[in-house]
Amino acid sequence: MKYFDEYRDEQLAKNISRQLKETVTQNWTIMEVCGGQTHTILQFGLEQLLPPNIELVHGPGCPICVTPLALIDKAIAIVQQPDVIFCSFGDMLRVPGSKSDLLSVKALGADVRAVYSPLDCLAIAQAQPERKVIFFAVGFETTAPANAMSVWQAKRMGLNNFFLLCSHVLVPPAMSIILESSSNKVQGFLGPGHVCSIMGYKEYIPISRQYQIPIIITGFEPIDLLEGILRCVIQLEEKRAVVENQYGRAVTEEGNLAAQALLKEVFAIVDRPWRGIGIIPKSGYKLNDHYKQFDAELAFDVGSVATVESSICISGEILKGVKKPVDCPAFAKQCTPENPLGATMVSSEGTCASYYKFSRLEKKEASHV
Amino acid sequence: MCLAIPGLVEEIFHKEGLTMAKINFAGMRRSACLEYVPGVKTGDYVLVHVGFAISVLDQEEAQRSLDLLKKTGEVDSFKNELDNAKDYT
Amino acid sequence: MSDLSQSVAIFAPVCPTPNNTSDVIRLGHGSGGKMSSDLLNNVFLPALNNRVLDQLDDAAVMAINDTRLAFTIDSYVVSPIFFPGGDIGSLSVYGTVNDLSMRGAIPAYISASFIMEEGFPIADLQKIVESMKKACFETNIQFAAGDTKVVNRGAADKIFITTCGLGILQYNPAPTANRAVPGDIVIVSGDIGLHGTAIMCARESFELETTIQSDSAPLNELVQEMLKTCPAIRCLRDITRGGLATVLNELASASKVGIEISESAIPIDAQVASICALLGLDPLYVACEGRLVAIVPDSDVEGLLNIMHQHRLGKNAQIIGKVSQQYPERVFMKSRIGGQRILDKLAGEQLPRIC
Repeated sequence: MKYFDEYRDEQLAKNISRQLKETVTQNWTIMEVCGGQTHTILQFGLEQLLPPNIELVHGPGCPICVTPLALIDKAIAIVQQPDVIFCSFGDMLRVPGSKSDLLSVKALGADVRAVYSPLDCLAIAQAQPERKVIFFAVGFETTAPANAMSVWQAKRMGLNNFFLLCSHVLVPPAMSIILESSSNKVQGFLGPGHVCSIMGYKEYIPISRQYQIPIIITGFEPIDLLEGILRCVIQLEEKRAVVENQYGRAVTEEGNLAAQALLKEVFAIVDRPWRGIGIIPKSGYKLNDHYKQFDAELAFDVGSVATVESSICISGEILKGVKKPVDCPAFAKQCTPENPLGATMVSSEGTCASYYKFSRLEKKEASHV
Repeated sequence: MCLAIPGLVEEIFHKEGLTMAKINFAGMRRSACLEYVPGVKTGDYVLVHVGFAISVLDQEEAQRSLDLLKKTGEVDSFKNELDNAKDYT
Repeated sequence: MSDLSQSVAIFAPVCPTPNNTSDVIRLGHGSGGKMSSDLLNNVFLPALNNRVLDQLDDAAVMAINDTRLAFTIDSYVVSPIFFPGGDIGSLSVYGTVNDLSMRGAIPAYISASFIMEEGFPIADLQKIVESMKKACFETNIQFAAGDTKVVNRGAADKIFITTCGLGILQYNPAPTANRAVPGDIVIVSGDIGLHGTAIMCARESFELETTIQSDSAPLNELVQEMLKTCPAIRCLRDITRGGLATVLNELASASKVGIEISESAIPIDAQVASICALLGLDPLYVACEGRLVAIVPDSDVEGLLNIMHQHRLGKNAQIIGKVSQQYPERVFMKSRIGGQRILDKLAGEQLPRIC
């Protein structure tokens, strides 16, 4: 398959692995931001190709994991309103709220549907004008243009029965929070490749300068990640700190201008709570005044629900890269994919779930700390 | 974090005023919205995320960067090539 | 004993219930994963266990006087009931034929019960029954008994079929899940993940256009050829819900051995790989319905592969790995780029991801 096979070539991987071993002279801690990158690292056993001095820590790039508990409770409350069709990406359906989750509610008869694209919801709304169709708009900047287009198109089509329940989050503020933390040990970043295909990588230059930290905008295939790590290590060894673009086939410095224009048209930047981390200022999107008629939080008054998070869950520290799942006393004991205590075990992309699924043969992590 | 996969743009069409295309992913086809990649043509490869093409894949750039990785056996020559590529900011 | 139930569809939801001890049946209990095992171990086995049931293989093997028989049961609740490559009728016959075949038995008799929802079109029922007739003829299994029940509209999803099969055992010892030993070779009969992805594409919500069809097929003839050539086959398992990874885990567990496989050796159709990539699914866990895993002594592999390649259902058979002394009861895979990872049993149903 074109654009896949080339980036999964064993010989090339061995080549880069050797170059890494030749370059590195001391310990380095690198964070890959995106859940998709974490997934690839664990799925392909990438860490076994790295010299032991390089430690990878996993970042908060899983929008499912960081969606606040209160919003999931709200979603569940909205689903139970009359005449509602609730649509969502598949992986949101498993996330437990305070008392239930969307799949359980579906099993009891609520109309909850997994869709691939928010545009699919418009067709549903058009076909059933007497029902209210809500889409759970979760994601980073990569997904925001798709959700923006859905409301822009809904307005053009004159639909008054389509709504977005918005939980959009932005990467750069999260990276800053991680770097500001006194317990931060991240020395280099593998930046979010698909987020940057939309937003470009201009926003990362001031972060790199301010914190003197290399940021390599990296793709998602094994060779992309290995190359990203190599470039990061080269900079670290040479004591340089700039932004580099490893993912040139998909990312340009300015990004996707058409998508950025529609994001400005539809959304406003707001403070957002991140599950496990807390409120990060200016770290999310909500529908702006021109599109507020599509905002499900305004259209459906379901009150507020008291939310209770598990006290033993250390998701917050895992999302910031300060701890690993194996550091958690509940990992793989009380807390498993069937019985998740917190955000990072819930999503199939979450760090804890990825660790559980792709658990390694040897526990090398403990020796790095 | 955002699952986007490369596909080949085949037939371009319009639906409800939006420019769309049938995208071929190694034999499986799905339609995707092209509004964010104006100027894309049939035969181009795009990255598709939740039913939207978010980027046109630069085939030359992809080849260049793979060639770079393949031919450099030593770190120093890899670094030289990177300098020449001027990706830095 | 075969699986407790066929999944409703590949997206049959699983509740990741925060409560470990569930006091009600949840959809997860039918997924074939860990919750199903828990139900088996906590409810069914304590009450019903005996030497025969404890085999917990694809079909139970028993002797009545001097006749050795294989006996199995399975239920089919698939949606949609008509899908590319088959329907719930043919699926129910092939599934039971396959379970009998995995013990090396010649399928002899099948019975079926039909639970239908009020309002289910008789024309659809006729199509399904016709399909079952063809499947029985193809596999030389005789339909011996049947039962029908009708429930109120909504109390069943169109039609559920349960089939029970009886076969005559030919080989002693029969292929059994616990017979694998280190040094044995692991073979898969063909490309994986077809059934699950075909079912998914038949559901409108994802609007994927593809030419792939379910691999639903009877494996009895292929297995007979395989056993004639290589009566020493240790284990046979057909890959169903939970995919290749789940079957390998079951075998590793039962035999108390490690199984080591190579990702680049696993045959996968390019369209299946694309669909899984688009939706973020792992093909190793996607259901098949006409594929098997065989574990055989090293010395017999070449002859066996030759025979398999001559049969339409074995033409893409491949060696994918071997049985190891390392990491007993675990399955581990060398990835395409050389790193290794553990393949766990499916924890729940896979849901498509966006990240």
